[in-house]
Amino acid sequence: MVKKEKLLEMFYLMMKIRRVEECLLDIFAQGKIPGFIHVSIGQEAVAAGVCSQLETNDYIFTTHRGHGQAIAKGIDLKRFMAEIYGRKDGYCKGKSGSMHIACKEMGIVGSNGIVGGGIPISVGTAFASVFKGEKRVTVCFFGDGAVNEGTFHESLNLASLWNLPVVFCCENNGWAQFTPQKVYMNLENISKRAESYGMVGVTVDGDDVLKVYEQAEKAVLRARKGQGPTLLECKTHRWFGHFAGDAQKYRPPKEIQEAREFDPIAKFRKFLMESKYITPEYSDTIEAKIKSEINEAVAFAENSPIEGIEELFNDVYVS
Amino acid sequence: MKEIRYIRAISEALGEEMARDENVFVIGEDVGGPGGAFSGTKDLLERFGEKRVKDTPISESAIVGLAIGAASQGLRPVAEIMFMDFLTVCMDQIVNQMAKMRYMFGGVYKLPVVIRAPCGGGLNAGPQHSQCLESWFAHVPGLKVVMPATPYDVKGLLKTSIRDDNPILFIENKALYALKGEIPEEEYLIPIGKADVKREGRDVTVVATSRMVHQSLEAAEILSNEGIDVEVIDLRTINPLDKETIFESVEKTSKLVIAHEAVKAFGIGAEIAAMVCEEMIDCLDAPVLRVGAPFVPVPFNLEKFYLPNSEDVMKAVKKVMEY
Repeated sequence: MVKKEKLLEMFYLMMKIRRVEECLLDIFAQGKIPGFIHVSIGQEAVAAGVCSQLETNDYIFTTHRGHGQAIAKGIDLKRFMAEIYGRKDGYCKGKSGSMHIACKEMGIVGSNGIVGGGIPISVGTAFASVFKGEKRVTVCFFGDGAVNEGTFHESLNLASLWNLPVVFCCENNGWAQFTPQKVYMNLENISKRAESYGMVGVTVDGDDVLKVYEQAEKAVLRARKGQGPTLLECKTHRWFGHFAGDAQKYRPPKEIQEAREFDPIAKFRKFLMESKYITPEYSDTIEAKIKSEINEAVAFAENSPIEGIEELFNDVYVS
Repeated sequence: MKEIRYIRAISEALGEEMARDENVFVIGEDVGGPGGAFSGTKDLLERFGEKRVKDTPISESAIVGLAIGAASQGLRPVAEIMFMDFLTVCMDQIVNQMAKMRYMFGGVYKLPVVIRAPCGGGLNAGPQHSQCLESWFAHVPGLKVVMPATPYDVKGLLKTSIRDDNPILFIENKALYALKGEIPEEEYLIPIGKADVKREGRDVTVVATSRMVHQSLEAAEILSNEGIDVEVIDLRTINPLDKETIFESVEKTSKLVIAHEAVKAFGIGAEIAAMVCEEMIDCLDAPVLRVGAPFVPVPFNLEKFYLPNSEDVMKAVKKVMEY
């Protein structure tokens, strides 16, 4: 049985991810954020369920759609927001933006703008854990689009061969950018591929945070005990387009509507209410707390300066 | 001093650095039991064990990616990619990941990765096993590119590369693996980014890389009989480029030839020529000439027509002398 505190923490994380990303969509539309952003609204249960199984010094790798996982891993919202704004007080001095955010102190090794690009690197941090005799687990998040990249194959084979402490978490939202799964893959459950690498593969309802949490626990424990990697596929739904501003003309309106019927937060809230873990007032309190955190983060970001030209030349090399 | 082959100088460097720092490990296809496709990692498995000598599947992206991840956590991987041509199959990991990670994450990571890879023709290995692609990588900010030509330089530079906190592409030359040369018995290091004047001369500067250093020295020897005094600079490191040594020499000779085995078009020679023209055109008494391979793939059967050699260097030197 999952402890009440853990349940409430996951609820808070999911709410926070959603509200932060709604805010990002809003400020992006106002032209305050340069570049692109990709939101994970509708997929919050995966980030919250998996990251709730991790210790601070465990590693995660995220993708272009990685805000949720970074928040669930415990990134400080103010510095996170400043990074997305491209400001000096961001985690990466504003050089990474939304798509490449990293936070070393929370084990967020880095998000990756190349589909499948982070998977081999995650095998490297898992290797380092074993090499140094540490118990740190690596979780590598990627989307369903990444599993047809060669890096997926190379990395899963090697991780299994060397029994490395890594969980490959495929956040399957059914869309590889503008293309649905049935168009690019003759396989329904991606986890089935695990068998060919000699590792455990599991498919879970990624819109059910409790199920994600339960399977993530097994996968993380397996890694931590030195019993090898897992391919954990979490089937979820992408509510919005590939990027903020994507009109989704390639997607039937009915399909978008249906995707939104799978609301992991509504589902979890219902469970928490029915099980008497929370009251409607509690939910309102959480909303208010998150709203104030977001306001504070946005103000922090907007007040943070942009680096000057001298920063252009920093950090290309270690001097 | 002792005499040693280029390939053994590499194994010595690896062995010494692994003995010195327990965070150094080697990884690649056949690097363990077989001791490397060209025997560069010979005996390392016996000396340092399976933990630090990692035989991998034929998965170049996983090899380089693993090295990046491990380096981000303080280890010092030396990855072997069997032929330089195979770097193309892990290009994303090298160019988009390894070279960018420090900069885009605001300087939080150091990535002390060395990727060893042999370049070059001369073995009739054909178009997919003979290329010299150094200019591709020298073009990427965040990478250093080292390309030694002698047993002495390869050992000293490999040791320095392993101790460097930046990602380094260490380009060996398989046609030079059997080359013998003298190295000191005691430990020594060679700084990255420092060219070496392999032969002093007054009349023409020849800046050369890798195998072409030897071809240029041969040309210089022959030309000295004709009264032409050639200075041969071995670049040793492609990036960072040792402008100072090149400029000093050109100031003295006022004539410049650049010789590399890579195709002439869009190569390192173009970069050096442009740099000299931009910054010291008044010093030049003749056009800058480049010696390089023709713009064709490396042919299996016609290598002798393809590979630039000492005659090509001699022709270029004479041409600038006659200008």
